Amino acid sequence: MSLEASHDLAFSLSDNLPILQVLVPFIAAPLAVVIGNRIISWWLAFISSVISLLIATTLLGKVIDGSVISYQIGGWAPPLGIEYRVDNLSALILFLVTLVSTIILPYAYKSVNFEIPKEQHTLFYAAYLLCLTGLLGVVVTGDAFNVFVFLEISSLSTYVLIAQGSYRDKRALTAAFDYLIMGTIGATFFVIGIGFLYMATGTLNMVDMSNLLKGQESLSTVRSGFAFIVIGIGLKLAIFPLHFWLPRAYTYAPSAITAFLAATATKVAVYMLLRFMFTIFHPTFLSQISIFEYIILPLAILAMFSASIIAVYQSDFKKLLAYSSIAQIGYILLGIGLMSETSLTAAVIHIFNHGITKAVLFMGIGAYVLQGRGSFLSDLEGIGKVMPWTSAAIVVGCLSLIGVPGTVGFISKWFLVKSALEIGWWPVAIAIVLTSLLAVIYCWRVIETIYFKPLLSKNLTSETPISMLLPIWVGALACIYFGLNAEAIMTTSQMAAKSLYAGSFGSL
Amino acid sequence: METNTAILLSIIIPLSAAICNIYIKKHPNLRDSITLISSILTFLNVCIILYNVGNNTTDPMILFSVANGLNISFHVEPLGLLFALLASGLWIVTHIYGVGYMRKNKEENHGRFFACFSLAIASVIGIAFSSNLFTLFFFYEALTLTTYPLVAHKGSSEALRGARTYFGILIGTSIGLQLIAIIWTLVIAGTLDFTRGGILLGNIEGPLVALLLFLYIFGIGKAAVMPFHRWLPAAMVAPTPVSALLHAVAVVKAGVFTVLKVGIYIFGIDFLKESGASYWLMWLAAFTIIAASLIALTKDNLKARLAYSTISQLSYITLGMALATSMGVLGAGLHIVMHAMGKITLFMCAGSIYVATHKTKISEMAGLGRLMPITFVAFLVGSLSIIGLPPLGGSWSKWLLILGAADRDQFLIILVLVLSSLLNVAYLVPIFVKGFFLEKKSSAPQKCLESSISIWLPPTFTAFCCLVLFFVADDILIFLTPIISLE
Repeated sequence: MSLEASHDLAFSLSDNLPILQVLVPFIAAPLAVVIGNRIISWWLAFISSVISLLIATTLLGKVIDGSVISYQIGGWAPPLGIEYRVDNLSALILFLVTLVSTIILPYAYKSVNFEIPKEQHTLFYAAYLLCLTGLLGVVVTGDAFNVFVFLEISSLSTYVLIAQGSYRDKRALTAAFDYLIMGTIGATFFVIGIGFLYMATGTLNMVDMSNLLKGQESLSTVRSGFAFIVIGIGLKLAIFPLHFWLPRAYTYAPSAITAFLAATATKVAVYMLLRFMFTIFHPTFLSQISIFEYIILPLAILAMFSASIIAVYQSDFKKLLAYSSIAQIGYILLGIGLMSETSLTAAVIHIFNHGITKAVLFMGIGAYVLQGRGSFLSDLEGIGKVMPWTSAAIVVGCLSLIGVPGTVGFISKWFLVKSALEIGWWPVAIAIVLTSLLAVIYCWRVIETIYFKPLLSKNLTSETPISMLLPIWVGALACIYFGLNAEAIMTTSQMAAKSLYAGSFGSL
Repeated sequence: METNTAILLSIIIPLSAAICNIYIKKHPNLRDSITLISSILTFLNVCIILYNVGNNTTDPMILFSVANGLNISFHVEPLGLLFALLASGLWIVTHIYGVGYMRKNKEENHGRFFACFSLAIASVIGIAFSSNLFTLFFFYEALTLTTYPLVAHKGSSEALRGARTYFGILIGTSIGLQLIAIIWTLVIAGTLDFTRGGILLGNIEGPLVALLLFLYIFGIGKAAVMPFHRWLPAAMVAPTPVSALLHAVAVVKAGVFTVLKVGIYIFGIDFLKESGASYWLMWLAAFTIIAASLIALTKDNLKARLAYSTISQLSYITLGMALATSMGVLGAGLHIVMHAMGKITLFMCAGSIYVATHKTKISEMAGLGRLMPITFVAFLVGSLSIIGLPPLGGSWSKWLLILGAADRDQFLIILVLVLSSLLNVAYLVPIFVKGFFLEKKSSAPQKCLESSISIWLPPTFTAFCCLVLFFVADDILIFLTPIISLE
């Protein structure tokens, strides 16, 4: 870095934000282990999460006008050195991840106390911080191999975090193991793909790679690289036939972790998919190989229908929502697959909107688990009477999932349908509303159970502690606020979609 | 007061009443008086708007923008103002009735009940004053959501089943068809603002116009055009005040009001007429009118019979729009008021009978009329208004609709309207006749059964209004005229 920067702390801080985004939680993680006190480790996690949120907000503010921040690690210029690169899309995802993390941590304190033995807490928060580091790193970096490194950091810590659910239900262990196998296969595919691209271009920097790939698209090395990468990310993303790990992982993980992962992990994977498909490979290449018509769109619609139908038949609320997540990922992929600026905008909006919606819902279930001792629908009968606030938040989340006006879910659905109608794809628009109706069915089963079934005698509990209720309601209010005032998210998403559509990393 | 402030206040007052209802648990009298005062204030607010604006149309007031081009905004135009006046005015009457009913009948969860009631009214006012389809859709869905707890109020498995049908059909049609229609409109017309003469002219042609209208008509499930009418009989599991205000006035009228708004301000009457897109709708509405009346004849449960009668009467309004003549549209607008006044009377009478005797079946009501004379006379007046006999309000709207049909040379439609009036006679008058002229079988006490004044006065009042409406119908028509003139 330049010399005068070190003289001016504020200047240097604001200049180094991209690396600080990753470093803050990364340093806090070992610190938590070294100190070894469970309360301090929570504070470390929380403070670093707040700082990360501040950094992400600043970054978002800087790039919201469409500019790009390029940061060279150690002053080595790309393509030789590692470059961190933040544009509209990545800033929005960073904001989502840090926002969700900051909302969830206060909630996690009580929830983790209940679900995980005390001696594990330090390590739990350390793993959580590493997971956060990994997710942020994937988004902030502009280097293809670096993506893999961060992806592994987040994945490995995720396996550990999911396995922590075993104190509540032993099946968490097999769920974590399943995810470990699938995730590792995915990561392997991904790194093989990057290897192929490196073979063709000799560079790992995304922008550089993108430039060098132009004209080489017909090479089978490049094409197989592309295939490996898409499948690798697809596993992480739980694209329809590659989704088998997700329901179990979400169901048996600790409540706070489910909420965190559902809102962030798959979203970051979508980000990777967008980055690799649109930035490294060019949109013209994508339409050349018709990946949208033959792969993304059909899979998206299959996911929307099959996962929603399965969700209708679930008796465990957590599993129901896990399947609904797979369906919602289908919506995002649909937005990508329709391949217009509006549809890409809708996809990016839905990444954000679905993130906060699912965070609220999974946090709500966590509160039920804590107070009502279960997440099965049969455990939750009539619980709306004794836990009115938690249940009201669940209703907000459900309405957003259905896409009722006044919630974020409506905004994304509106733009998805609009983008389908703009290009005259009627069947797709109909598929979207039909699956929304399926969402009505599975959500209404829950609402009816919560409110209109007679109260179970074992459910005579009290309302969720305020420290958990507050985060749930912050999320629920965010669902409403961004549903009524979608302007900011809309503009950012539109700009992100525009630059993706142009096939560039940030600049138009 | 500024008109725009008054619009906002007329939504905010019921909203705050809802909040009071939830929080004041210990003092039912205080709670119910607050709601009464807010209902009066809401009505006064709407009256102020009437005084300020008359039958002009104001410029849209943008409350806030959701995303670029999608605004929540309000304006005042004659049809909406009339609807708001009707809903807020009848809210006062129904509230008085509702308090008496709920207490006498020992229903539970009064707070939740009246809170949802107020929320529903707020949504209705929002629908009435919305200046674009997006806002209208917003409040339309809000109305569905806030009335769901009212239908499921009793919590019995029967109530839950009814509520499920209610919610499933209403939300299913609105998300499945109406949302697509609205977004389609936005894509082809570039705007969703209600505009005189419509926004679609020149943007869409041929059979697609009929398809779009199809999506709208079935998407607006609240208009209860067959085959999406099942929710209305299902909603009859709700306590009677809900059936009276919401399922005879507010919710169903919100449906046909939306149909009229879409017909007048989105398609444009002339465009509908020239493109012939509403031709099929005319016949579907005529079919619904006859079929629902026939089904009503077979129902022994009084509320179910009234529900099918409502389905039939709603299609009068849809028919008026489908005729796409100025007479038809005016008749439809007028029928919103006339039918509302008649049907709310009938429902309140049904509730009054239920409170006094716990009887729901018509076959059990023999001789009851002599024990409850006020209720049964009010019922007769309401029935005659629905049938369309002078000197009651309902006669004018039917007359106009027949004129509208004659304008289009649709003599078969005229026949349908006349036949339907006969059917109305057949399913409504026997109830009164049974009550007064048949002997009561059992040796029940022969004393007057009329319950408290808050239960028998409201239906008497609305029955009286049916009479008054006959004489002010012309003023209402003049008031409504701007909606058909293009200028």
